[in-house]
Amino acid sequence: MGNVLAFCENSGSELRSSSLACLSAANQIAGHGGGDVVALLVGKGAGEAAAAAAKYAKKVVVVDDDRLEHYLAETYAPVIAKIAGEQGASCIVATANAVGKDSIARVAALVDAGMASDITEVLGANTFKRPIYAGNAFSTVEVSGDLICVTARQSAFDAAAELGAAGETITAEAGDLDACGAEFVRVESQKSDRPDLNDADIVVSGGRGMREGENFKVLEKLADLLGAAMGASRAATDAGMVPADWQVGQTGKIVAPNLYIAVAISGAIQHLAGMKGSKTIVAINKDPEAPIFQVADYGLVAKWEDALPALTEAIAKIKAAG
Amino acid sequence: MKILVPLKRVPDPELKTKIADGPNGPKIDLSNASWVVNPFDEYAVETALRLVENADDGSRDGEIIVLTLGPEDAAQQLRTALAMGADRAIRIDTADTDIDSHTVVAALMKVVADESPDLVLLGKQAVDNDSNQVAQMLAGKLSQPQATFAASIECVDDGKALVVGREVDAGVEYKKVPLPAVVSVDLRIVAPKSVINHITPDDHEYSDGPRYASLKGIMKAKKKPMDVKALGDLGIESAPRVVEQAVELPTQRAAGQIVDSVDTLVDKLHNEAKVI
Repeated sequence: MGNVLAFCENSGSELRSSSLACLSAANQIAGHGGGDVVALLVGKGAGEAAAAAAKYAKKVVVVDDDRLEHYLAETYAPVIAKIAGEQGASCIVATANAVGKDSIARVAALVDAGMASDITEVLGANTFKRPIYAGNAFSTVEVSGDLICVTARQSAFDAAAELGAAGETITAEAGDLDACGAEFVRVESQKSDRPDLNDADIVVSGGRGMREGENFKVLEKLADLLGAAMGASRAATDAGMVPADWQVGQTGKIVAPNLYIAVAISGAIQHLAGMKGSKTIVAINKDPEAPIFQVADYGLVAKWEDALPALTEAIAKIKAAG
Repeated sequence: MKILVPLKRVPDPELKTKIADGPNGPKIDLSNASWVVNPFDEYAVETALRLVENADDGSRDGEIIVLTLGPEDAAQQLRTALAMGADRAIRIDTADTDIDSHTVVAALMKVVADESPDLVLLGKQAVDNDSNQVAQMLAGKLSQPQATFAASIECVDDGKALVVGREVDAGVEYKKVPLPAVVSVDLRIVAPKSVINHITPDDHEYSDGPRYASLKGIMKAKKKPMDVKALGDLGIESAPRVVEQAVELPTQRAAGQIVDSVDTLVDKLHNEAKVI
């Protein structure tokens, strides 16, 4: 077996927390196959995070190039494929987030590799468990070939542990880059001081029953008291009550916090697929028949209008008591 | 604009997933499956229609070809897309299982070479295998630009390029891709004003979601051409790189408890689950 190339993302001099899941999966794959984990950082200024990455991998490859200022699958995929070749990789791993899903399948095409998406368990160097049918079943797949591609579900892998000694860092050239005419235009995002939904310890989520965006303020108050991230069901995001990037579910974000509080969410299977890995689930819904109660550890049949103010107040008392 | 929409049939996602024992271990039970067009692919058909039509006067400027890899029965899902308004269909005869993204992409490459579409438009993932690979792989193999997880599309540069709003982790990223290109669509592409082709008046509001086939559409669909090819006719052998070894149901969560009041709930969260 060759090495395992872990495609990491950075934010300034820090590694993104999502990349610690990718490194963790890479460690497990290398544990089965016998190769080393090589962390790859790509982008303008990616070199700033080399020291951070070197805490987790024996070797870090940095491709720091002005032409890679904005992420584009068209330019990043050939770079990842090139470094995989140079580093003798038999496996390329990334986190199954927006960038990982977009880039690694393109890489798989460039290097003619088979790919397992969104794996939740490493069973061998090329054998993985992954959810299918919105998490209603799990499939064990074997990927054949000298080089394989994998994306790992962030919530299924613990953050990688730091190694005792810092790894070695080398720089590499991006080579010829052809964006195929694609251009980054802009990103529109809502700035928030709340934790990232993908790796928050607590998530407070609202659904269709909240009726309008203004009503989410009650949930946000609770979230801020708990230091939680905000989530929502598809019904709420589709209705425009809250931003689309709050969506938790099969096709939104897959989360597994310590505590997930679902308020006025009925619990369609597509939503459950995104949160049923949470350690403790609380459901508050006025409909006692709501499917969300089937996955909840604690269910309260109540209108949110009645329950939320009391809940927030009671929790505030506990927080105040320390 | 000539648009190729590859679509997949999937077991109705609203029905319970079942597992049956097979000769090589447990498999998803498809014996009594109720098949539907993969919802994201249905959204791609709707998107293709919105890109080529003038919703005001009903005229069209472009052609929509729908394609599937599947057995004879899968023709029904192609007819559904034809009834929505696609112009013609291609079915590549295969079984539902034992083909992976690699095989699908190899077949699509051949069809793209024959048809030279301006745009390949498809769902971001099929809700059976949830792999989310085909669009990216096809674009990579074709050396074409890609825009995945499209929540909005606007035609620009006299229809020679698209500006695609992509749902990413931090919000919406806008990316411009010249045609030919490959675009995969996300849920919100079928919102009332997600597709702007500058042929339909920009302020036009579609109804939310994919359109239903009209009775007239269903009648017309029966007469629309459907080409059938064998995978072998395309010079492709199915040799999957990804082989499913076993399937299992997830472990069920232990039954929870219904609490009678907010105070009990907070007490349990604090003293029993110790999460707050």
